[in-house]
Amino acid sequence: MVPTKEEFFSALEFRHGRENQRKFAEATVAICGLGGLGSNIAICLARAGIGKLILIDFDVVDVSNLHRQQYKANQVGMYKTEALKENLLEINPYITIESRTVRMTEDNTVKLVSEADIVCEAFDKAECKAMVVNGVLTHFKDKIIVSGSGMAGFSSANDINTKKLSKRFYLCGDGVSDVNDGIGLIASRVMVCAAHEAHMVLRLLMGEQTP
Amino acid sequence: MVYINGCEQAANGKTVVDIINEMNIDIRTIAVELNEEIVSKADYDSTTLKDGDVLEVVSFVGGG
Repeated sequence: MVPTKEEFFSALEFRHGRENQRKFAEATVAICGLGGLGSNIAICLARAGIGKLILIDFDVVDVSNLHRQQYKANQVGMYKTEALKENLLEINPYITIESRTVRMTEDNTVKLVSEADIVCEAFDKAECKAMVVNGVLTHFKDKIIVSGSGMAGFSSANDINTKKLSKRFYLCGDGVSDVNDGIGLIASRVMVCAAHEAHMVLRLLMGEQTP
Repeated sequence: MVYINGCEQAANGKTVVDIINEMNIDIRTIAVELNEEIVSKADYDSTTLKDGDVLEVVSFVGGG
């Protein structure tokens, strides 16, 4: 049986504290890219009761995604925005989810993330990562971006960390493990990086600025 | 002296483009912050480093 909204939030307040939960519920977070990073970040933030998630991705679920991305076999062929929305609302039916099925470009970045308090960069390609980080930091004066770079392969999960590069730019990952070096993406290590991004978002919303 | 990615370097007078060229990195996959403020790509060649500047050049790698 699905718990009521009151039961759900009372359980979250018990875990996170009433004041933190209020801040989480009032927050809007944009997630740019819904692959291994983005789908896992979204699940962490939905479980934490973030008030509104903006999910941005143009792609559909492919069988090759299922080893690390939070989709199900019967969702292959669906837009990731729609499939993830469905999965997130099964986890937490009491958050607001906005799906934006569009390819993010330099031209539409501002419009897509303007509502968000914090933006999570979760793309796969290095040039897309750079594009959204540059776009958010250049066009907004108060928005924070949390980004991920370097999480491929079987190297130690302990090499992945969160760095604060400036007041509005946090970078998670090991900084070097490049999928283009042919080392592949492993669910567990990608999830570590996704968890770093999601955790930094929660800390920032609580008012903590240290990584 | 200028601090580039945490290392002290004699880079006074060089531009951001000079530094990027020395690092041999792809301009499409980077973000640059000077003294904790983003440097827009359009300003890379007109931004000159001076003593005490802190430059952070982030070169993103693929995977997500």
